[in-house]
Amino acid sequence: MELLLDSLFNGVAIGSVLLVAALGLAIVFGLMGVINLAHGELMMLGAYTTYVTQLIFKLPILKPFYNSYIIVSIFLAFIVSGVVGILLEKTIIRKLYGSPLETLLATWGVSLILQQFVRSVPLAYGTGLVISLLIGLFLPTTFPSKIKESINFKYFKFSSWIFAAFTGVLSGSVISSSVSKLSRASARNVDVTAPSWMRGQVEIIGTAFPKTRLMIIVITLISVVAITLFLNQSAWGMRIRAVTQNRQMSDCLGISTEKVDIITFGIGSGLAGVAGVAVSLLGSVGPNVGGNYIVGCFMVVVLGGVGNLLGTVLASFGIGIMTDLIGAGRLLSIWPDMPLPLSNTINFFATTSMARVMIFALIVIFLQFKPTGLFPQKGRMVES
Amino acid sequence: MSLSKIKFDKKIVLSFWIILIALIIAAPTLLPVFRLNLLGRYLSLSIVALGVDLIWGYTGLLSLGQGIFFALGGYCAAMYLQITSSSEFPNNIPEFFALYGVEKLPFFWEPFRSPVFTFLAIWIIPAMVAGLIGFLVFRNRIKGVYFSILTQASLLVFFNFFNGQQKLINGTNGLKTDVTQLFGQMVGSESMQRIFFWITAILVIAAWFFAKWVVKGRFGNILIGIRDDEPRVRFTGYNPVIFKTIIFSIAGGLAGISGALYTVQSGIVSPQFMTVPFSIEMVIWVAVGGRGTLLGAILGAVFINYAKSLVSEALPASWMFIQGGLFILVVTALPEGVLGWIQGDGPRNLLQRFGLKRKIETYPSLEVNKKDGNNE
Repeated sequence: MELLLDSLFNGVAIGSVLLVAALGLAIVFGLMGVINLAHGELMMLGAYTTYVTQLIFKLPILKPFYNSYIIVSIFLAFIVSGVVGILLEKTIIRKLYGSPLETLLATWGVSLILQQFVRSVPLAYGTGLVISLLIGLFLPTTFPSKIKESINFKYFKFSSWIFAAFTGVLSGSVISSSVSKLSRASARNVDVTAPSWMRGQVEIIGTAFPKTRLMIIVITLISVVAITLFLNQSAWGMRIRAVTQNRQMSDCLGISTEKVDIITFGIGSGLAGVAGVAVSLLGSVGPNVGGNYIVGCFMVVVLGGVGNLLGTVLASFGIGIMTDLIGAGRLLSIWPDMPLPLSNTINFFATTSMARVMIFALIVIFLQFKPTGLFPQKGRMVES
Repeated sequence: MSLSKIKFDKKIVLSFWIILIALIIAAPTLLPVFRLNLLGRYLSLSIVALGVDLIWGYTGLLSLGQGIFFALGGYCAAMYLQITSSSEFPNNIPEFFALYGVEKLPFFWEPFRSPVFTFLAIWIIPAMVAGLIGFLVFRNRIKGVYFSILTQASLLVFFNFFNGQQKLINGTNGLKTDVTQLFGQMVGSESMQRIFFWITAILVIAAWFFAKWVVKGRFGNILIGIRDDEPRVRFTGYNPVIFKTIIFSIAGGLAGISGALYTVQSGIVSPQFMTVPFSIEMVIWVAVGGRGTLLGAILGAVFINYAKSLVSEALPASWMFIQGGLFILVVTALPEGVLGWIQGDGPRNLLQRFGLKRKIETYPSLEVNKKDGNNE
């Protein structure tokens, strides 16, 4: 019983990382039919945001609030990755609408650039760049409608970008002069240390669980609940669901599909950032950190289907629990006297990497029966 | 897509071939061994690019997992080379087995003692694996992005498998071939490398003709039909599954040959051949060269790899930026690739833009149908 509980908890812990990482990918895929190969790099940006936030909270002014930096960094990571995602949508993905394979390649290009960016640009100036992007993209939307509708709006927009650039450079140099660790570019991995209240373990029903894992489960839970509420209760959520179901019809009924695309892509990317915070708690953060999780996210999307968030949830926990069961060889301890050939096979697959092989095989078998995943999008199109 | 091709004079074509063959024969004497070896590697990569062009350019299947078949071919060649030159090691098995305390050769190594089997295995095993994966996926009408990410996942799975199995195939270290013997000569030696270069050059031309033959006629038309409107092909009475499986396994076989040639020229095969970036790079060679133009795939593979080695020698950090930019640029600005742009209306449009050529008036309905928008 204890063993099963242990396995269940580990599986849920693995699955919750997968879930928060795959959530954004699944929403974007459901809406626009594109897979964002830069999703892993948006996660990486989230992880680096956590690192930068941590260092900034070590400054004397913010030192008293140091313990809460992780909470702040969740919001910051959402904003940073979301802004980069929105920029990506506005500049590249929108142009490739209707050709998902090309989008795949273009986003791969973006992921390469982002990876090299964190290697060769000091994090302080990277932060400055993100700040200027944030101001440049959102300052014009805060102007009163009188200005927005005037012919001279483009000059206002232009001047707000200039202001944004100045602020970015200024904040970049302020950060780089005050936090020396951020002033140099480095390709080395960095470490995020959890605040003191998150270190150590918690005992639940006689088994000890690390607190960071619990924190990740909480982050995932909050993200899923928030996203479900947003999609099902808010007006924009309804529009997103409408466009997901039938883009042309929604367009005809007056929903701005452009805005829906931007909002969804921004939220999806922001969720990648939140996943980045979770990932940074698990191990060191480097330019390649996203690549380790991205294929797991694909598996979740393929297995879960795009019709329903529940599919994503079930698929990630399913994959998580299976990974733990196979990878740690727990089946053997649950059923000690199984026949020899079977136990040999299980031993053969009892490493994390071999567990992936096994799970992939299982997913391919599953797809033979349900090719469109657990919850497919219903429709009468010839293509679906 | 416009199929208009520039028609060349027969004399020009003939002289082109003579120059090409002369260059191939002369290359080993003209180039230093290091450069020759690099050129040979790029040429062998162009064979895998031909395969990518067949499945992506003609059939519309974007596989991000060609590295699997590439590496399988490489492993077949390397296993043969390792096993034939293992007579001086204990137990007559390749040296690395001793590191892990393996005394008996794993069973799947046995057939690789035979050169004939190896020669066949290099292309048949990858083709069969590709056919199996392809059939299981296509049977369920999984396509588009789903297909791409499934191939990428299977790539990672194969990578994990090969990377983790030290006792079977030397895991992450891979199999070295440059110190092995073939016909009494060291594989890494200059004279052997020269021979491999010629073999590669001949096989590239052979593969090109083969690919041209595949896309010619009804078979090729069906492939293009699947790319442009698969449901219509199905309603017309063809079963797209068969055609997709066949073309996918052909591409797999080509990748295997390419991998074997690349392995003997680079001196090692390792799970690094199955990393995700390498397989996506193969796609970008084709995209830059021009998909749907077989020659474009070859040229793209050679030139991009050449550019990569030049840039990486000069400014190592900047290659990632350039490559990333190339992906974005080619997809957004030059979707037909360089060769496709030249063969299509590109040059004329450019001249028109500068007022050097008169605009051709067309009815709007006769305009080439650019993109359907929602065909996938």
